Amino acid sequence: MLGFWIYLMSDCLIFAVLFATYGVLSGNYAAGPGPHDLFELPLVALNTTMLLLSSITYGFAMIGMQHDRQKQVMVWLAITGLFGLAFLGIEIYEFAHLIMEGATPQRSGFLSAFFTLVGTHGLHVTFGLIWLVVLLVQIQQRGLIADNRRRLMCLSMFWHFLDVVWIGVFTFVYLLGVLR
Amino acid sequence: MFGNIDLARLIFGRFTLDAIPYYDPILVTTFLVVAMAGGALLYAITKYRLWGYLWSEWFTTVDHKKIGIMYMILAIVMLLRGFADAIMMRLQQAIAFNGSEGYLPAHHYDQVFTAHGVIMIFFVAMPMITGIMNYVVPLQIGARDVSFPFLNNFSFWMTTAGAVIIMMSLFVGEFARTGWLAFPPLSGAEYSPGVGVDYYIWGLQIAGVGTLLSGVNLLVTIIKMRAPGMTMMKIPVFTWTSLCTNVLIVASFPVLTAVLALLSLDRYVGTNFFTNDLGGNSMMYFNLIWIWGHPEVYILILPAFGVFSEVTSTFSGKRLFGYTSMVYATVVITILAYLVWLHHFFTMGNGASVNSFFGITTMIISIPTGAKIFNWLFTMYRGRIRFELPMMWTIAFIVTFTIGGMTGVLLAVPPVDFTVHNSLFLVAHFHNVIIGGVLFGMFAAINFWFPKAFGFRLDPFWGKVSFWFWVGGFYVAFMPLYVLGLMGVTRRLREFDDPSLQIWFVIAACGAAMIAVGIAAFLIQIFQSIRNREALADVTGDPWNGRTLEWATSSPPPEYNFAFTPIVHDLDAYADMKARGMQRPMKGFKPIHMPKNTGAGIILAGLSVVFGFAMIWYIWWLAIVSFIALIGTAIAHTFNYDRGYTIPADKVSATESAYAAAISQRG
Repeated sequence: MLGFWIYLMSDCLIFAVLFATYGVLSGNYAAGPGPHDLFELPLVALNTTMLLLSSITYGFAMIGMQHDRQKQVMVWLAITGLFGLAFLGIEIYEFAHLIMEGATPQRSGFLSAFFTLVGTHGLHVTFGLIWLVVLLVQIQQRGLIADNRRRLMCLSMFWHFLDVVWIGVFTFVYLLGVLR
Repeated sequence: MFGNIDLARLIFGRFTLDAIPYYDPILVTTFLVVAMAGGALLYAITKYRLWGYLWSEWFTTVDHKKIGIMYMILAIVMLLRGFADAIMMRLQQAIAFNGSEGYLPAHHYDQVFTAHGVIMIFFVAMPMITGIMNYVVPLQIGARDVSFPFLNNFSFWMTTAGAVIIMMSLFVGEFARTGWLAFPPLSGAEYSPGVGVDYYIWGLQIAGVGTLLSGVNLLVTIIKMRAPGMTMMKIPVFTWTSLCTNVLIVASFPVLTAVLALLSLDRYVGTNFFTNDLGGNSMMYFNLIWIWGHPEVYILILPAFGVFSEVTSTFSGKRLFGYTSMVYATVVITILAYLVWLHHFFTMGNGASVNSFFGITTMIISIPTGAKIFNWLFTMYRGRIRFELPMMWTIAFIVTFTIGGMTGVLLAVPPVDFTVHNSLFLVAHFHNVIIGGVLFGMFAAINFWFPKAFGFRLDPFWGKVSFWFWVGGFYVAFMPLYVLGLMGVTRRLREFDDPSLQIWFVIAACGAAMIAVGIAAFLIQIFQSIRNREALADVTGDPWNGRTLEWATSSPPPEYNFAFTPIVHDLDAYADMKARGMQRPMKGFKPIHMPKNTGAGIILAGLSVVFGFAMIWYIWWLAIVSFIALIGTAIAHTFNYDRGYTIPADKVSATESAYAAAISQRG
């Protein structure tokens, strides 16, 4: 458990570097589009809702684990996965849309930093989803044994951690970006 | 549509036969020597049927002691490679005068100095300190193993995988020509289009995974697995410094990972993080890489400080002077390590106030370091000093490191730094502290703990030969560089116009030759000790009258380290036990639960090498296949729930009575 906490903190530092890089490069539009021209807050709000809901449903799965209800755990995990998938889908749609408009990662320092920060978060969610599916299979096979409980706890921490990072992305990149 | 696709490019990426440097006689000779030595080694292993033994006892082991030893072997092998680079540079600089271009063409020379730095830091110094920490820390805190034994094996193989990728660049393609930190825009796609920087990136990224995980592992081990009674202020100093080093690893290596990832995005995807146009900012790279890079030097030196503390108190026959201040000094250095990174680029237009801040924080670091030096001196004061090899290295360190520290304080003054920035003065300074600090520390550690690991001491005669050639060679090789630096000679130059400088370079080359003798003597020392292992045997497990728990068990320790978890009442727990006349318990042994060996670590690392190679050469299909295989293997590994086995009590009993019988026979 402590080991996973420490790992998460080191992961947090990777995000810290990406946030700092975004902070430095976020004004370097290179005569290209800026946040004002690109970000659609309603879409991002929907996306944020998906991720926040997935955190709540993961919480329900953990409550199920504490009551030893295997089926409840699996159902809530599956729902969490669907919310996560929805989040990813919307993000991919957003990225595709931006690239179609010519706002590619290669266009400017600002866009490089934007795509990398948000994309790294998305990559983490993707790995979280793979992990979630693997855990579903393992719980199906062996039930809520001690090893699986520990893994559920670790994934829970990982998932909430990604939520917290997203709050940072939402505020720092999107809200402040539109205000700029 | 498919007619346009070049099949060879699809299969081999940008790899062509021209990538093999068969036209360079130096590399061809090296390759032949390596191939013959490697072939002989493989033949010997096959002939004596050692593959099964190596696989089941070493490659797949999760025993922290064996992993520690493998780290040391990796470090020593890479030391030979890194030193070969060093001596090539010394020779080139000693003869490239008066219109002579020396013997190394520019593109080769630039690879040599880059490879030297990368290898010495990442694949010599890092594996050495990780190896020593791996071996000693669990023993010092009375633990059976580290917290995550499988991760430990995986970390080692990832480090090795990084080393393999760097070594590959010698014979397939080229290495980076950018200097050891690969600053953009020089390292960007525009100015370094070849595979060199990609070798650099993937070698470090893959090894970085290993370093980070081993940092997490040792950190949790020290926090969670200490023997009962060992409160924070009863932890041996070496373990304390290891704790701080691992905090630094966990809190700085992610920055390196992230910044190298950004550089690879610039190179592979064409983003604009560090480019000159379209809103890139290369100073971001300088800041980020040094936010990792400065803590890195403390990652290396802190465990060495720990070694010197253990050695000084053991060989002075006294408790360490000022244990508490030693611990606080270590913690203060850990924190300050994050507040000085900018002193690496004072000259790059940060303005006077920023430079003053970082100049002052840099100078402040010399205070806790100075406190440590005085603690060691006061420990020796009125002690009964035994001048065994570890103690000799310690004294050489104190003298050498003090000189290096003082030139460091000079460099910390921004106006002084403006005049000697990027000069040989700087090169002399950091070799002064890394050789005089880290390397001397590692030699002290090897001589100190070798009997624990193998059950016999190292031969003192060849050890002393090695010592004097190393220490003497160091001064002869690097003092001239201080002089040259003050005369304004910048680093990384391949040829010189001013003939009056040549004599200094010739002296430095002689120093490098002396160090070569030192290294050879070290290898002979190991060889001789193996031959005379009967005479040098350590039966008691406590050859130096040691003070900490690792000396409380046999040499080499059984796989479970301690049959009973020791209980700690005092700092220097074993000295305390001996003073109270502790008896070794001879009955009541219980079965011991241990982790099982696994091949997952070496398989994952092997796949990482394939993945790295594919990415370096743009062989996309192979990259995709190996990446999927990596994820698949990792997932498959999580389906293995059966990871432990039990050593039965009578086997423990048999091992312990054999040890007791050996001691009583001797005594």
